[in-house]
Formats: sequence, structure tokens, C-alpha cells
Amino acid sequence: MTAVQVSSNFLLLAFFLYLAATIFFAVSITGKRFKNKKGEEKNKSGLLGYISAILAIVASLLYFIFRWIASGHAPVSNMFEYTTFLGICMAIAFAIIYPMYRNNFLGLFTMPIVMLIIAYASMFPRDIQPLIPALQSYWLKIHVITVALGQGILAIGFAAGLLYLIRVIDFSKASKKVRWLEFILFSILSTIAYILLGIGFGAANYEAEFNYINEKGIEAQMVYTMPPLISPHEGERIGEGFDPFLATPAIIRSNDLNTVIWSILGGLILYFGLRLLFRKPIGGAIQPLLKAVNPQTVDELSYRAIAIGFPVFTLGGLIFAMIWAQIAWTRFWGWDPKEVWALITFLFYAAYLHLRLSRGWHGEKSAWLCVIGFALIMFNLIFVNLVIAGLHSYA
Amino acid sequence: MEKVKCDCGHVNPYGTYLCESCGKPLLDDNQSLADMRYEGVARRSQTYSKSVVDKVWNFFSSVKVGIWIIVLILLASMLGTIFPQEMYIPAGERASTYYEQEYGVLGKLYYQLGLHTMYSSWWYMLLIASLGISLVICSLDRVVPLHRALKTQRVTRHKGFLSRQKLFSKTEKMEEPEKSIEKAEKVLKEKHYRIFKEDGNILAEKGRFARWGPYVNHVGLIIFLIGAMLRFFPEMYIDEHIWVREGEQVVIRGTDGEYFLRNDEFIVELYDEEDERFRESFERTGGNPVVKTFQTSATLLKRINNEGPIGLGTEFEEIMQYDIRVNDPLTFDGYSLYQVDYKLNELSEFTFTLQRNEDSSEEDLSDIQFTVDLFNPELVYEFENGYRVEIFQYFPNFYINDQKEPDTLNRIPDNPRIIFEVFTPEMNPDTDRGELSLVGVQVNEALNGDNNYRIRMIDVDMNHVTALTVRRDRTLPILIVGGVIFMIGLVQGSYWYHRRIWLQNRDGEIWVAGHTNKNWHGLKKDFETITKNTAIPMPLDQTDDWNLIEEVEGVKGKDDSSTSK
Repeated sequence: MTAVQVSSNFLLLAFFLYLAATIFFAVSITGKRFKNKKGEEKNKSGLLGYISAILAIVASLLYFIFRWIASGHAPVSNMFEYTTFLGICMAIAFAIIYPMYRNNFLGLFTMPIVMLIIAYASMFPRDIQPLIPALQSYWLKIHVITVALGQGILAIGFAAGLLYLIRVIDFSKASKKVRWLEFILFSILSTIAYILLGIGFGAANYEAEFNYINEKGIEAQMVYTMPPLISPHEGERIGEGFDPFLATPAIIRSNDLNTVIWSILGGLILYFGLRLLFRKPIGGAIQPLLKAVNPQTVDELSYRAIAIGFPVFTLGGLIFAMIWAQIAWTRFWGWDPKEVWALITFLFYAAYLHLRLSRGWHGEKSAWLCVIGFALIMFNLIFVNLVIAGLHSYA
Repeated sequence: MEKVKCDCGHVNPYGTYLCESCGKPLLDDNQSLADMRYEGVARRSQTYSKSVVDKVWNFFSSVKVGIWIIVLILLASMLGTIFPQEMYIPAGERASTYYEQEYGVLGKLYYQLGLHTMYSSWWYMLLIASLGISLVICSLDRVVPLHRALKTQRVTRHKGFLSRQKLFSKTEKMEEPEKSIEKAEKVLKEKHYRIFKEDGNILAEKGRFARWGPYVNHVGLIIFLIGAMLRFFPEMYIDEHIWVREGEQVVIRGTDGEYFLRNDEFIVELYDEEDERFRESFERTGGNPVVKTFQTSATLLKRINNEGPIGLGTEFEEIMQYDIRVNDPLTFDGYSLYQVDYKLNELSEFTFTLQRNEDSSEEDLSDIQFTVDLFNPELVYEFENGYRVEIFQYFPNFYINDQKEPDTLNRIPDNPRIIFEVFTPEMNPDTDRGELSLVGVQVNEALNGDNNYRIRMIDVDMNHVTALTVRRDRTLPILIVGGVIFMIGLVQGSYWYHRRIWLQNRDGEIWVAGHTNKNWHGLKKDFETITKNTAIPMPLDQTDDWNLIEEVEGVKGKDDSSTSK
């Protein structure tokens, strides 16, 4: 086995260990009453969950080390590598914060999100890419690893915020809050749908090719990895297959949009399937499981996660970033979209901290902000990298 | 403004909410809990509102206003990333046409609103400046009275202060309360609390310096912003660009003719396409070569006699040799030279020979060979056998302009064309008109009728060109100081927590109260240790109306009903 294969196997192992941790944490919550009847005997599943999480982190780090050996550089240089590492960092952040509060609900919320991030990462090309000159610096490791760690800790704030919201929101009557929370859950389901569809069509080796006219008026070809629902600008299908009715303007990358539409459709099916099953909002279906959650503790927990993560993120995402930019790009700040979005993330969490400390935004308001903050981080990771072109578009 | 004298004897400034010394609530706010923000001190902003200065001060001292400024900067910053900023549009494109061409109506609007240069616009600067002012005023408004209050705080606190803390409880009259307090003191000392005693009462305090964290980081930010502002003074900041051809020596712009750079060799290294590690990646991306390194081996020179124009007599001293690479700039005397770009195989020299069109004559012209430097061509080439070639006109980057005339785009020899004039030994260059021909790569046209002579290109020489950025940024040290102070403050305020525990013996009853600015969970744990080791009870969380046992029962009930379905 080569080092790359070894690293892939460790990542797979880690994925299943995260799954095991999720299951243990779920048992620790739902299985509590069995133990209670027998007396004061403590439920050990929480501890097992934590041990699984630690083992999962060890396996993840072995993935990281072997990939480092295989590629010869820190494996944080493209979308697959960075996103995977972000998931790992979130798990590490959980391992740091869990012992402070011993909150199994946090485990139940964090571990699936970690799995989702790692699964999402694996949708990107996984080959090892050579480093362009601008990335050849020891600041690659320092800057990127610190940023990922900071974002991972901030993501714990999101998990706790989400936990808080599902715990306290009144799902019995329709309201704006319920709709927004359901929208968050729907987004998560869409991501799951995207991963499942990607794996499904990938396994079937699905491809559809089009000739089309691109935005510069030149003939080009485009490959779809999911059945085309919309065709590219003046697209003509190569080979057999159904022609979509709708065509997109030239400036839109129609194959990406097609994938987005598939994911949303998949998300809708999952969402309404679950709603039909539960006969109430998904959040409302989860809520009874969270009755034992102390909202105040979770509120403080989300805040602590942000307070711990914010300086780490600032150090990695702004300070180290500026030092490296000064060395590699001749200036410490150049208003590159990624830089601007890191600044926006920084300002957002700064506003959060001021609102919380000086304006008394605790509880629900604070939890919503944690959720929005994570949305910003994801936006900066995915949208800014893939859609807005800039110096950081390496993937 | 009248000062307020508390029952305990301490004189507080007007507007004080909790007495700085004993904590007695001086203003009744009808709340069950005391608002402990900034220790209930009187702040200047809440006291004066007469003059314009007061009004400005009050406006900027509000955290609410500060947050609005942050949010406005945040939202504005988003706008600028919709389309690329002007410095990131392709070189040579004009902003006035580029945005509309590329992004349509929205692009035009983006350009017209000035969003393509918005980060240097007056209104963005104004927002940043207001943030700076807000930082200074907000901090001053709070840090001074807060410092005074924490310094003058007494151990023995007013009843109203203790009972209105979030964590509070009191015991019944008990035997020997002093012993319990003494034991608690030991426990707290082990937990590294600082203990203050007064009349058998205790104030245990830990991590007070965390309270200064926010102010320290604000100072750092202000220094950083000042440093960033200094950039607008030309002395502080130089940003120049030089192209250096292999073997060429040029003056380094921005150094006032003091430093020169010679490009000894420029190399580009590509990744090995056979490299097994990257095989999959190369396959996926279609095997385009990926650059591994580009590097200028350069010699830095300094001019010795610093006066007068540069000429043949100018002497240079070699300072150092350095391989300049991306991520590895050459730094000297406050300047840095960065590898930013390159151009391979730029035409540099053409070598020509002269031929007769009908080779009937026995005349041997093979001695006539001359080389034209495409950057700095000599205009006249004379040969021993009396022949003479002149450059009539030179177009380094040839094109036909709007007037349908030949012209050059710039001085870079990307598409060089030369009009030569050939004089035979019999002709007089001053009066006669020689044969004209236009010569370039794959081009050779006679311009004035049929020519007897033909200028033939026999050799081409090419050269690599390196592009370097010259930078001097004297604001960096200030920015570094600001950044370091900011980080220290951030860590100080985030990773340490200010905790205080009050234990008071009031006629045999023990009153317990606690306060922290962040980590209530940690403070409760400290109380748990006290409770374990002494007779002092765990204080109640007065905001916590939630009861764990009941709720667990509730879950049980619901779960049971769902499983029975």
C-alpha cells in the first residue's frame, strides 16, 4: 500500500469512528431512563462516545500525517484537503470543549456535522496536486492550520447555537423563527442529498457532454456529472440522451447550477419525507430529545466556544495571513475577496462579542448569531473559493 | 454635578449605579439583579450632555453606535467583492469599459457607483475612521471609572449588592461561621484566588487582569489603524515595479538611483510530468505543465560616487548576490524586491546579412553581418567594403493604427518590424535615397520598388525577463506593534476570566455571592469545591428557573408515549 492509500483508509476509519461516537452520544441521551430505573448507575455511553471521538481524531490525524508524507507538503492546499481538515479541527475543538461541560448533547450535534463536512470534502477531487510557487512556504502550514482550528472552534459555537435553538423555540405554532430554523435544517439535508447523489452518480460513472457557446462566444464543451435538468447556453447534447427544456445564459456555469438544482430537489424530498413521517417541523420532532438540555449551559457553551475560537481565528485568518501575504504577494493586505471575507467574519464575531457583553444579547439572539457566523465561514470556504475568482482560488 | 455620598462613606461621582466601594445600589432600577456591567460605575457619557464635545463624545461612546459602525463596514465590505476590484482586472483593460463588457448592466452600475475602487473611497475611509474614534472614546469612557471601581472596591459589601448577584444564598444562623469561612479561604487559596479580608469577611478574586483585555486590544487596534493611515505619506511607502532582462543591469526604482540590480540568470522550473505523486492530478487537469519555481539570480549593486548623472564613469560596488523567488524576497536597507512575474523567450536580438537578389554578381557580401539589439538598436551599420545599412524606422511592437499607418504599441519587442535603408558604396547617404525594406519575423517586403539587395535574418536571440516589485513599507513596525498588542489583549480578555467570591459573616449567617464576567460554569465549579469542604451551601443561580429533575421526568413521559404507539 502506498502512503496515499494508507491515508485514505485512515480517513475512512475515522469517518466510521465519528459515526460510532454519534451513536454512543445518541444512546447516552435516549438510553438515560433505563439506567435511572436501576438506580443511580451512571450511563457510560457518553464516555464511550467521547473515547470514540478521540479515536476518530487519532485516525484523522494519521490520515493527515500519511497524506503529508505522500505529498511532501501539508495537506491543506486544495478544497478536499482544507475542508477535510476543517472537519477534523471541529472534532478537535469538540474534544477540547467537551471535558469542560460534559455535555453529551453537544456530541450528538457536533459529530454528525463533522461527518457531513468530511463527506462533503470528499466530493472534491482527491488527487494530490503540486504546489504552485506562491504556496511554497512554511506559512502554508502555520496560516492554514491556525485558520482551520479557529473555524473549527467557532463551528462548535454553531453546533451549540443550533442545539439551543431547537431546544427553546416553540414549534407548536408557525412563526418566522420556526421557518428559519427549518430552513437551516433543510440546508443540511440538501448537503446530505448532494453527497448521496454525488456518490450515486459517481458510482454509476454518469456523464453527459454538451457542445455549447461560452461567455466569450466561443464553442466549448461541458461535462455534467448529474443528469441535465438545464442545458448550457445554446447547448447541444453529444451522444444519446434526453435534452433539457431550459437553457441558461452564457455567464452561468450550467453544470454547477444543475448540480445545485439536483441537491435542492434531493433536499426537498428528504425534508418533506421527514415532515410526513413526523407530521411536524423537523426541529419540533428533535425537540423532545433535548428536554434534558439546560439552555443556560448551552448558551454559555456556545459563547465560550466563540470566545476561545475568535482569537485563534484572528491570529490565523488575519495576522498570520497578513504576514504571509507580505512575504508572498508583496503586501500584507490587498482586498482580495478571501481576505475581505476573512475580515467580514472577524467583524461579525467582533459584533457578536460586543452585542453579548455590552448589549446583553444572550440566549436566542446569541444563538442565531452563532448560526449566521458559521454560515459566513461556509460561504467564505465554498462560495468565495468556487464562484468569486481571486488569488485564493486554488481548488 | 453633585457627587453622591454612600452610607459607607465613599463619595461617588454623579450617575453611579452601584457604590464603587461597598456596592450598594444607589439608583433604583426595580430589577431583581444588579447590572454588573462596568461595575455600575458612572461614565462620562452618561453624565454630561451640554456642549458639542459632550454630544460627540456621547455619540461615539455608545457601544451600540460602535456595533453599528462594525456592521456597516461589514456590509460595505461585502459589496466590494461582488465583482473584482480594479487592481485585479486583467492588465491593459480599462475599467470604464471592462465592467460593462464582462458583467453587463450590473457591471456598469458597479463601475458607476465606484465600487471597483470602494476600499479607497472617501466613505469607506470615513467608516474606518469612525471605527477608530469609537474605539478610543468607548474605551476611555469605560476603562477609567472601571479601574477606579475595581481599585476602591471594599471587601465588605452592602446587603443589597450581595443579594442582587446572580449567584447568591445565605445560611441560617450557624455555629462558628468563622471556621467555615476560614476553611473556604484555604480552598480558595488552593485555587489561586487572591484573598482580601475585612472583619472576618472575605473577598476572593481571580483573573482581574482579564478585565483589561478589551482595552489592551483596542489600543492595539488603534495603533494598527494609525500605522495603516501613515501609508498615505509618500516617505513611508514605496511600491514600484521593474522588468529586468537576463544580463541587464537596471536602476532599482524608488531608491533615488542609489541601488542597481543585475539579472545574472533567470530560471523557470516545471514539475516533472512523470512524478508519480501528481499523476492523477496531471491526468485530471489535462497535463498542463505546472510551474515549480521561478527564480532570479540577481546581483545587487550600489552606486559609489553618488553625484551627477549616470555615465560611463559611474562606479558600482557589488553588495550581494541573491536568488529571488516567490516567498523569498531580497531585502536590503528597508527595501524588498519580490519575484512577481516573468516573461520567457522575449526577442532580444536579430542578426542579419545582406544578399543580392540576382546572385549573378561575383561580389561577396558574406562579410556583411550585423546584429540589432531590439531594445536599444544602433541606427547605422557601416562595413569595410563600403556598404552601409541604416535603420530608417523601428517598431518594437508593430501594428497598424487608426490612421492606417504603421505604429508601435509600446517599447516591448513582441512583434518587432524594422525598416532598413541600404546604401551601396557608390551612394551618398546624405543625399541619396537607399533601398527600403520592411523586415520582421517571417516578413520581408521591399518598400520602394524592386530591390537589388535583400536583408536576410540569419539568427534570432531570445531572452528571459523577470518582473520584480520594489517595496518599502516603513509602517510595518507600527503595524507589528499594533498587531502584537491587539493579540495580547484578545488573549488576555478571552482566555482568563475575572471571578469574585464574597463570603460574609452577618451576625452568624453566612452570605455567599459570586460574580464573573464570562465563565459561570467555572465559577460554579469553584463553589462546588467550597461546598464539598465546608458547611457553606452552594449559592443559587437566581436567573435559573429551570429544574433539571422535572424536565428529565418530562422526557421520560413523552418517550414512553411515543414508544407505545
